[in-house]
Amino acid sequence: MTQNIEKFDVIVVGAGPAGNAAAYTLAKAGKKVLQLERGEYPGSKNVQGAILYADALEKIIPDFRDSAPLERTVIEQRMWVMEDESYVGTTFRSDRFNQMPGNRYTIIRARFDKWFSEQVQKAGALVICEMTVIALLRDAAGKVIGVEVDREDGKIYADTVILADGVNSLVASRAGLREDIKPAAVALAVKETIFLPKETVEARFNLKGSEGVVIEMLGSISQGMAGTAFLYTNKDSISLGIGCMLSDMKAQNTTPAELLEKLKQHPSVAPLIAGGETREYAAHLIPEGGYHALPELYGEGWLLVGDSAGFVNAVHREGSNLAMTSGRLAAETLLELGEKGLPSTAANLARYKARLEDSIVLKDLKKYRNIPDTLHSQRQFLSDYPALLNGAAHEFFTVDGQDKATKEKAIFNAFRERRSLLGLLGDAYRLWRATR
Amino acid sequence: MHIVVCIKQVPDSAQIRVHPVTNTIMRQGVPAIINPYDLFAIEAALALKDQLGGKVTVLTMGPPQAEPALRKALSYGCDEAVLVTDKLFAGADTLATSYVLASAIKTLHQETPVDLVFTGKQTIDGDTAQVGPGVAKRLELELLTYVSRIVSVDQAANSIRVERRAEGGVQVLETRLPALITMLEGSNEIRFGSAPDMFRAARAEVCVWDRNAAGIEDIKKVGLKGSPTIVSRVFVPSPRAQKAQQIEFDAANPEAATQTLLDKVLVEIPKVKKQLDQTRDNKRASRSAGERHE
Ligand SMILES: Cc1cc2nc3c(=O)[nH]c(=O)nc-3n(C[C@H](O)[C@H](O)[C@H](O)COP(=O)(O)OP(=O)(O)OC[C@H]3O[C@@H](n4cnc5c(N)ncnc54)[C@H](O)[C@@H]3O)c2cc1C
Repeated sequence: MTQNIEKFDVIVVGAGPAGNAAAYTLAKAGKKVLQLERGEYPGSKNVQGAILYADALEKIIPDFRDSAPLERTVIEQRMWVMEDESYVGTTFRSDRFNQMPGNRYTIIRARFDKWFSEQVQKAGALVICEMTVIALLRDAAGKVIGVEVDREDGKIYADTVILADGVNSLVASRAGLREDIKPAAVALAVKETIFLPKETVEARFNLKGSEGVVIEMLGSISQGMAGTAFLYTNKDSISLGIGCMLSDMKAQNTTPAELLEKLKQHPSVAPLIAGGETREYAAHLIPEGGYHALPELYGEGWLLVGDSAGFVNAVHREGSNLAMTSGRLAAETLLELGEKGLPSTAANLARYKARLEDSIVLKDLKKYRNIPDTLHSQRQFLSDYPALLNGAAHEFFTVDGQDKATKEKAIFNAFRERRSLLGLLGDAYRLWRATR
Repeated sequence: MHIVVCIKQVPDSAQIRVHPVTNTIMRQGVPAIINPYDLFAIEAALALKDQLGGKVTVLTMGPPQAEPALRKALSYGCDEAVLVTDKLFAGADTLATSYVLASAIKTLHQETPVDLVFTGKQTIDGDTAQVGPGVAKRLELELLTYVSRIVSVDQAANSIRVERRAEGGVQVLETRLPALITMLEGSNEIRFGSAPDMFRAARAEVCVWDRNAAGIEDIKKVGLKGSPTIVSRVFVPSPRAQKAQQIEFDAANPEAATQTLLDKVLVEIPKVKKQLDQTRDNKRASRSAGERHE
């Protein structure tokens, strides 16, 4: 029994932010779109809480605030540089963030992805879950002409295939469209959702209404590995997580679960989550190879968007916004080709790359292109400096009869001892280069 | 063959949690699934269709949100889906539910005669196992419960032969059609639907019937009004306060270990000692009685 399934304009593989942005934009413009998701429902594979950057979504669904399941509006950002028992931190809290419309929100991905998918379906795309794409179909000339799924009679054809299947993108790797991800280009992050009564969250973080806080952490918590940790406040829960480069974890023989346990016990973190109940635990890979690790982004009949293309800004922990933006740009490229009556050849799809170059996606990735390498080869940023900073703060804020000039000198000497003066200058230069 | 399968959408009990603060059951975010026992009924029906042809109609009474369960059933290969939903049906117990389902099956039967009705053994949220038999009784169908295997269907003789798990063995039963079968768990394994079935399910129209469309004759028999069941009290069993104890075990001396264990049991659970004594007395009594008879 072979039944043929009709042909589509576009098949989108994956229903995360990238796939949803692409499918929504195409369906809204009247394209015949099929979106396939291997999970039981969109978001079922994405259980964590996260930060949503309004701008990227606003460009796709301008009035998303009316119906999207948003947890809290981020009005305060803290940066903590941590030592084993202390942290030095900055806080930026601005009531300007409180003025509507918000700029960043905390969300629970499982809920958000589900909502986004409903919008995709309302826009007219056919969304089918519990279908895993296992291979790409090609014609004799090698052009991608559809996908094969893990079910009987599972060959489905389309003019273009958009791969939005996330960091592992087995489909792309298997089809030889990109190399397997390397441990040095990917971070392993673990995250817990810790439930607390709404009032407790608000009291502990000095919040009212739907205000929210984000804390970014680095220092001794990553045990010298390249990595950072984060804490976000949701309505009645806290998302707490830590991520480190996979290659580092392998070398140090640590598990992410161990790191997270230590983080939870850190004297600065423990009181914030005390009494809470952990109900969700998720581990996930984050592509952090940055600009230098980007694969081919398009070819004959196919495009890569979101994590599967490696679009993550590790420094700012931005991923879903780049995913949504790249998904939208891929869709807009196909709409442009459609208007002009052009086929999805590699030459024509090059317009997608041009659009990316012109957007936050590749502009930011280019700007931060040296960060992964810098953090890799220059461990002092992650181990020595946090220790020194905390030592310095301790020295400076301990009122013990010592005059401030002597204190400053002691601090300076401590830095000098750990890193030569030349090394210090070099570090400043390297960090500046990396973020430039 | 026209086979009707009755299913129910239930909260996935594996994922239900108690709110850590308020201690209430958190249903929000708990995915709804097809009652796991019903999957065996769906598969049994589909296997019969594969063998004999015909169609499988899947039927549920529930709120409009139960539609995904029906769509899921379609994706396995069921042909048609009917959702019987009406505000009046809310609060139904097994009596009222079986009345609504029986009415809907009667209505389906008028269109295409129904040969077989399948249900799961029971639901995981109610555990009563009463709805299937209730439907059978109302429609005067032959009732085969706890069926572990469909052996054969003889369409010419209009009969079915099944295996039924019973205490101490397996019964082989044969009866005439139409019949209602409740399938035992583990009797088969639900299939992985084909890609075309998935597409059909994603696009299919699910028939939505209100009380009129379903052919309900007596609205006093549906919903809360038609439900004589009263839940008098819901309680959480209090956990036992006793702690587990460890007994040192010397491998060289199992008799001593057994003795220690026995002593502990007999001292700490007086009930056991009492029962043991009683059995011993009874035995003695009957033995002496037997002696007397000889
Ligand atoms: C712990 C952690 C915290 C993060 N925090 C943030 C944050 O706060 N803010 C932020 O912007 N970003 C954050 N990110 C990054 C962000 O999650 C990702 O960049 C974003 O989810 C990428 O979207 P995507 O659509 O490309 O991929 P995904 O969201 O991974 O979606 C891919 C989808 O494709 C499906 N799929 C995969 N393979 C197949 C297949 N073969 N067939 C069918 N379907 C398939 C998957 O099931 C999945 O639903 C975080 C990541 C992690 C791991």
